[in-house]
Amino acid sequence: MLGNGQAVALHIAAIRKWILVAKLGRAARNVLHALANPTRFLKLARPLTPLFFWVGTALALFGAWAGLTQTPPDYLQGESVRILYIHVPAAWLGMGGWSGVAVASLVYLIWRHPLASIAARAVAPAGALFAILCLITGSIWGRPTWGTWWEWDGRLTSMLLLFFVYLAYIALARADADRGGDGRVPALFGVAGTVLLPIIRYSVVWWNTLHQGQSIGLTSSKIDASMLWPLWFTLFGFTFFFAGIALMRMRTLLAQAKVEARMKRMAQS
Amino acid sequence: MNHWAFVTAAYVITLAGATALALQSWHAMRRAEAAAEALRKKR
Repeated sequence: MLGNGQAVALHIAAIRKWILVAKLGRAARNVLHALANPTRFLKLARPLTPLFFWVGTALALFGAWAGLTQTPPDYLQGESVRILYIHVPAAWLGMGGWSGVAVASLVYLIWRHPLASIAARAVAPAGALFAILCLITGSIWGRPTWGTWWEWDGRLTSMLLLFFVYLAYIALARADADRGGDGRVPALFGVAGTVLLPIIRYSVVWWNTLHQGQSIGLTSSKIDASMLWPLWFTLFGFTFFFAGIALMRMRTLLAQAKVEARMKRMAQS
Repeated sequence: MNHWAFVTAAYVITLAGATALALQSWHAMRRAEAAAEALRKKR
């Protein structure tokens, strides 16, 4: 049993924690509002695009080289374990990309920042590419390891569904932009598609799948350190690469919107 | 079974996909920003 003093101290600590969370939330909202200004965003995006892209490319290439030449083969999987160094980042970015689409869509639905809608549209093609790369590299790894290219198990099927959801989102966003829509329908779809993420994440727990369970966590890993280290390079490398590509695509959509608006103004005058 | 053929195929496909995405995104950005700049100068 806690004494009165201890209970009060715990309550004060909990209140302080909530105040901190609220302050952080307000700070994040202020950053979002500040970045919603396209001029301010472009001032940041112009130098960050090549930085993210080249740092990401260098890290990913180094990680891939190290994964191919500097680590021992696995005692069970042999050399095919080296596919892990590209398969795991592809899976992370396939799912992370959709999280980006969902967060940007939610921001658009709440605050109606046009830049949020542009961010969601810019991230989707890169996310789709990494989702299909995850499926292809996983399939290539499965043939020598499981003896099959494909199995309709929970993890593989839900990842394939995510890829189709990406394609549907890209088509929907394009159709909405072409007919002059306000972007609300693709944004709702972006938020609704998030339901797939926990299904993919927990598919190996909920169902008896051929795909192995989680082997890498935030604090621990079942993979030996001698084989794990190149993965951090490819993971961070591909993430920076992805960010660089997303910025390029956002700049493209912003420039296209600018041209379209000017053409409309010129046609009216 | 020689695993290296599978490993090579996985890396080549990833490299090709990432390169294609980067080139397409970069070209599209250059084209769109050049068009916006040309229109701005024309005004």
